[in-house]
Amino acid sequence: MAVTTEVNMGAKPVKTDQGAFDAATSAKRKDLFFAAGGLIVMVISMTLLLTLIGDLVIRGIARIDGDFMVSFPSRLPERAGILSAWVGTLLVMLVTALLAVPIGVGAGIYLEEYARKGWLSNLIEINVANLAGVPSIIYGLLALGLFVYGLDLGKTVLVAGMTLALLILPIVIVSTREAVRAIPRVIKEGAYGLGADQWQVMWRYIIPAARPGILTGAIVGLSRAIGETAPIITIGALTFIAFLPPPPISGDFPFISFDWLNAPFTVLPIQMFNWVSRPQADFHTNAAATGVVLMAMTLSLNGVAIWIRYRLRKSYRN
Amino acid sequence: MATSSIPTGSELMKNGFVARRRMIGNVMRVFLFLSAALSIFVTTAIVFILVWDSAPFFAQIPIADFLFGTMWTPVFSNPQFGVLPLLAATLQTAALAMIIAVPFGLTMAIYLSEYARPAVRETIKPALEMLEAVPTVVYGYFALLVMTPFFQNFIPGLKGINLLVPGIILGIMILPYVVSVSEDAMRAVPNGLREGGYALGMAKWQVALRVVIPGAFSGITAAFILGMSRAVGETMVLAIAAGQNPNLTLDPREGAATITAYIVQMSLGDVAYGSLAYQTIYAVGLLLFLITLSFNITGFYLRRKFREAY
Repeated sequence: MAVTTEVNMGAKPVKTDQGAFDAATSAKRKDLFFAAGGLIVMVISMTLLLTLIGDLVIRGIARIDGDFMVSFPSRLPERAGILSAWVGTLLVMLVTALLAVPIGVGAGIYLEEYARKGWLSNLIEINVANLAGVPSIIYGLLALGLFVYGLDLGKTVLVAGMTLALLILPIVIVSTREAVRAIPRVIKEGAYGLGADQWQVMWRYIIPAARPGILTGAIVGLSRAIGETAPIITIGALTFIAFLPPPPISGDFPFISFDWLNAPFTVLPIQMFNWVSRPQADFHTNAAATGVVLMAMTLSLNGVAIWIRYRLRKSYRN
Repeated sequence: MATSSIPTGSELMKNGFVARRRMIGNVMRVFLFLSAALSIFVTTAIVFILVWDSAPFFAQIPIADFLFGTMWTPVFSNPQFGVLPLLAATLQTAALAMIIAVPFGLTMAIYLSEYARPAVRETIKPALEMLEAVPTVVYGYFALLVMTPFFQNFIPGLKGINLLVPGIILGIMILPYVVSVSEDAMRAVPNGLREGGYALGMAKWQVALRVVIPGAFSGITAAFILGMSRAVGETMVLAIAAGQNPNLTLDPREGAATITAYIVQMSLGDVAYGSLAYQTIYAVGLLLFLITLSFNITGFYLRRKFREAY
């Protein structure tokens, strides 16, 4: 088809294929329509979410004060606080991080650097991908059957930490593998050339070089774990706790105590769930305030992760 | 000996350096292998526990009664164990979520992969990731206390506890995931195919619809299937805003307990180990696991097939 789409302004028109010209303008218009459509959909969904979050913050922020942070839950909404919930969240996260990070990094390094490509590594790979898609409540059922009743560990901080560690393990494994894969071969080969053995190469070169990627994965995983409610409810965490776990440091010998691991507990999302489900509006305000604290924790963790990744990308570019 | 000069190989052998390094290396190798093998153990344990704890249930109730019964009243004096009400509510909310997530997700993915400039894309993708980090219990709060009262202004007969609003919220929740997986798929379509389209005189939107989407089709389908699997397994939004009352209905304005909401409800009531109530949560849990597993495996193979294609 002879296509001439130029139009000479003012001057006498050259031979113009009007059909092709129309097609081109209509295509342009459709393009604009498409791009605008994408942008509008994006803006609508973002605005909707920001409105919801803004609403939560407006309702909740006024309720957050010193008393709210250091009070136990109560039957009276104006006297209730989230002390046991945020302490519980911190303790559970401590256990989760101490378990999930070493095991996840270990598994990631094994799969990337040690495992021979074969049916076993293939099986583990499919398996990790599949575990990432298992609903979190199923992990709760696993923990209830295996940890709480099978191993008779009870409904404790330790069990909650173990459950969430299993839940975020795939995230840590996948990010470790990606970080390790991105390390240039020359670093490894140089270390081997100097006579380092395999573990020395891992410990001195691979893990330090992969640290930003590993850190990002661990932080994203933990921020996911902070907000997880379903598996913790399933293992039977209590919703009303008016005491703190025993402190980890004591005045008597041997000064360090691990009794808090075996203490009953509650966490922020469960406290929020409990208050949302009550009919009184004052408890809904408490729920909004808890939600603000929870969101502040997860979003700031994610912000840190994104910042680390941004810095990392910059350092590779140079 | 090693302090005066660089130790020789035989000296290192004699003072145990080599043996020590070898031992550390072996211990670490075992630790790393066990870490990797743990994931296999977890999968096995999930399957084992779900089957083991639900086996006594299926020994008493025929599987056909469980799958096709229309009444779920496990704690009544005359208990009925038909899972259809729970299953119907689960699939209905997941379907509502897909009605939101498919058109929105596809449009956003096309925009991000084909139209957006890199700077825009680099701002929007982290923002979407942040949205993925919003705890589900917070979405539950939105559904029950903000969106439902708002929607009741327009939709007559919308109950305070309903399936419609949690379904919509679920759709928004899985949107970031659906967008990022399908955008990855679209970007993996080789540029050569796009350029071929342009050479034939196609406009950008034609390339997007007739080259990129067909080219990335299995990857996009995988994104939707994996998103669906997430919607089916989602718990807190439904436990909070869709209610805990088993209700076989096709009217999304009514509330109905989903599989996950039922598990939460029973767990809150401190079920006794080994009781029939305890067995029922494992029976429905097994069903939920099988549904999401089939979605996940399909999604996994579609994605892998897609990666092999390019």
